[in-house]
Amino acid sequence: MSQPAVSLDNHWDQHEADTSGLLDPKRYSPRDAMPDYAHLDELENQSIFILREAFNKFHNLAMLWSIGKDSSVMLWLARKAFFGHVPFPCVHVDTSYKMPEMIEFRDRLGEQWGLDMRIGGNQEALAAGKTFPNGNATRVECCSLLKRDALQSVIADNGFEAVILGIRRDEEGTRAKERYFSPRTKDFEWDFKDQPPELWDQFKTDFEPGTHLRIHPLLHWTEQNIWEYIDRERIPIVPLYYADENNRRYRSLGCAPCTDGVDSTAATVPQIIEELRTTNIAERSTRAQDQEAEDAFERLRASGYM
Amino acid sequence: MSAEAQNPLRIVFVGHVDHGKSTLVGRLFHDTGSLPDGKLEQIRATCARRGVPFEWAFLMDALQAERDQNITIDTSQIWFNTDARPYVIIDAPGHREFLKNMITGAASADAAFLLIAANEGVREQSRRHGYMLSLLGIRQVVVLVNKMDIVDYDEQVFDDIEREYREFLGEIGLDPLRFIPVSAREGDNVAARPDTMAWYDGPTIVEALDRFELPRFDEELPLRFPVQDVYRFDDRRIIAGRLESGRIRVGDEIVFQPFDKVGVVQSIQRWSSPVMGDAVAGESVGITLTEQIFVERGHVGAHRADQPEVTNRFRANLFWMGRTPLERGKNYRIKLATQEIGVQVVDFERIIDASTLEEVERDGELQRDDVAEVILETQGAVAIDPHHRIMAMGRFVIVDGFDLAGGGIVTDVLEQTDAQARVDVRPVAPRERFSRSGHKGAVVWLSSHPEASYVAAGLERRLFNRGLRPIAVGYQLLDAHVTPSVLAALALAGNIAIVSIDGELPRSALDRLLAGSDAIVIAANLAGDGLTAVDLSELSVADAIDALIEQLLPQLRQTWTVEASNI
Repeated sequence: MSQPAVSLDNHWDQHEADTSGLLDPKRYSPRDAMPDYAHLDELENQSIFILREAFNKFHNLAMLWSIGKDSSVMLWLARKAFFGHVPFPCVHVDTSYKMPEMIEFRDRLGEQWGLDMRIGGNQEALAAGKTFPNGNATRVECCSLLKRDALQSVIADNGFEAVILGIRRDEEGTRAKERYFSPRTKDFEWDFKDQPPELWDQFKTDFEPGTHLRIHPLLHWTEQNIWEYIDRERIPIVPLYYADENNRRYRSLGCAPCTDGVDSTAATVPQIIEELRTTNIAERSTRAQDQEAEDAFERLRASGYM
Repeated sequence: MSAEAQNPLRIVFVGHVDHGKSTLVGRLFHDTGSLPDGKLEQIRATCARRGVPFEWAFLMDALQAERDQNITIDTSQIWFNTDARPYVIIDAPGHREFLKNMITGAASADAAFLLIAANEGVREQSRRHGYMLSLLGIRQVVVLVNKMDIVDYDEQVFDDIEREYREFLGEIGLDPLRFIPVSAREGDNVAARPDTMAWYDGPTIVEALDRFELPRFDEELPLRFPVQDVYRFDDRRIIAGRLESGRIRVGDEIVFQPFDKVGVVQSIQRWSSPVMGDAVAGESVGITLTEQIFVERGHVGAHRADQPEVTNRFRANLFWMGRTPLERGKNYRIKLATQEIGVQVVDFERIIDASTLEEVERDGELQRDDVAEVILETQGAVAIDPHHRIMAMGRFVIVDGFDLAGGGIVTDVLEQTDAQARVDVRPVAPRERFSRSGHKGAVVWLSSHPEASYVAAGLERRLFNRGLRPIAVGYQLLDAHVTPSVLAALALAGNIAIVSIDGELPRSALDRLLAGSDAIVIAANLAGDGLTAVDLSELSVADAIDALIEQLLPQLRQTWTVEASNI
């Protein structure tokens, strides 16, 4: 695997080389007028600590990269933690309904950063047309088949002991109850009523054979923090997050048929941050599968959804 | 600076079940205008569907089981701003059954609100939670006397509870900042000051929140740099870790305890960050040393002038969450900073029922939810500090089997006992071997190559120079007596046995002997049957070695990043 040369002599040069062609500098705060983002240091240090614990404790480890803003930040944090390297494979679960811009971004960034990409998908369900867009499944069933089951088979096929995911506590209620290191049974189930204790950055890292682990290094970040960090670090993201000429943008990225945009004029990262300061609309309200029943998302998550 | 652009203060709500924690959190959100649009309507709908009166607890009780039973099961976190700064609100379950979830929530808090219902007074979990806060090292505690509406806002009820509870907390060394009379249901003294309690002139909850201080990593304390890992992704050997206290600079002489290894800092490593010659408490960084010394995960870097204590024996206050009782003389594992080692309780000095503070007589074991003063002995030396001196180096968890089952704080460091006194008989797991050597054990079968013994010798040297543990079998060692058992033993011990003798690969025997381990068999020029094949017969010796290295390293190191050019 080829990794970019790492030099610490001039980190801006290094940054330009690393992100060239992937980002448009005009979308970010100018370097000489960067807001005070010092509060992000603590979040960053904690996430790096967790990523290093994960890498130390599990040798067959993978990171789930959904191409969205959160897992792109997580990928950047991995490179911080491991000094420019991503020392484990990156998994993308491709439902075939992802927006084309996401796939293009994935392939370009994956190549430039030398990522070991593993693409998963539920070909059986797709071939049988058992999907929501085909009218043969509810939204929740479709998520369950194309994401949950596909993730389960990527994990099984590669024998991953642990998977790193970019979920955050502020996204919704069941995620607010997550642990940094969260065990799942071999059937992928999350026993949210009996989670292991977690204190003083000591995590449950010993498991009975057959169980696997989810690791959540971004749990303590908010949506606002994610955007502030993207701005400070100039992390490349999919342009779908920026408002288009019709004044629409995506707040959360998913499958095209089940993800809606929001009205917005925010076309730069600082504008998005400003918009979030004043909004009272929940981040995942544009994700249709969450809205089907009161506990739709809880049931999806308990059975192994991200 | 805007309120959001600061670090949030993490505040936990604890107390006896049904004393109103979740309701209070809901009210706090509502009264400060922090609820997202539609959330209030959503909670109303949830309540209507269940035919129950409006219930604030549904804001944080996200799990279906929690809503159905109207009880908080697991700890939850939610973000919130006052005009002054942001907060993370941690809701912790009050029911005794979920104490480990309460501990998980409270352990990450900077400050605590402890709720007591005015109509019920001080109850079992009020005391237990007070004790846990003190053990978890949380010093900023405000007591909220809730449900004042039910007792007609009676000042006498409030005063009685304050007197009783202050006395209890005093006995465990906890001095609460203040007591506030509130009614979560009515919103009294949450954000607004009601006319119902004119006798109270102290702060409201929101005002009390903004008076908490933000405790953080301390740069003024002596340096403690627990090593988290050592990386060799490229030509740098980076010692990675988080500074728990103090400051480290390029040129500093660092002593790594408990094994007294000394090195000088050559550089501070960060990626895509400005280059700086120092790092301070709280930072996750890497360092390189001017000379290569043996340092690994668990070692603690410090300046010579002020080092941690090195011992295998200390006194601790300990709480137990295990499914089975903690027993004297039984083997457990302790995790302290990044150190991990076997441990035993050698003496229970006092076992206390945390809900009454009464000493209980139990024969050499600690029940779940109880606390104790104990003497612990680790199976080798550890680097520690008393908890009151450097918090992060004086607190630990205890692992029983697969479970994190207890936690505690170091109160006194005792004299080290004779190292021979205790014998560690735990078998060495493949994973432990892996973290020592950085690779799996393997049998590499080369017999197909015309110059197999030459290839074996070259391969052994290349792998050895690279820091791996190869042993060539057949060109100078063990010629006459190589049996599958010998090869399996070598591989099980974490070696890479490179075989260059004539004969058939004893595959079924090796598979049987290596079953259940992570050791692997690699056969050259023997395609199929699930074994990795490298066709060597057409290659020169040098090319054969290159081909083998390329095949071997990724398999031996699994997902580790290795640059082929560095071999």
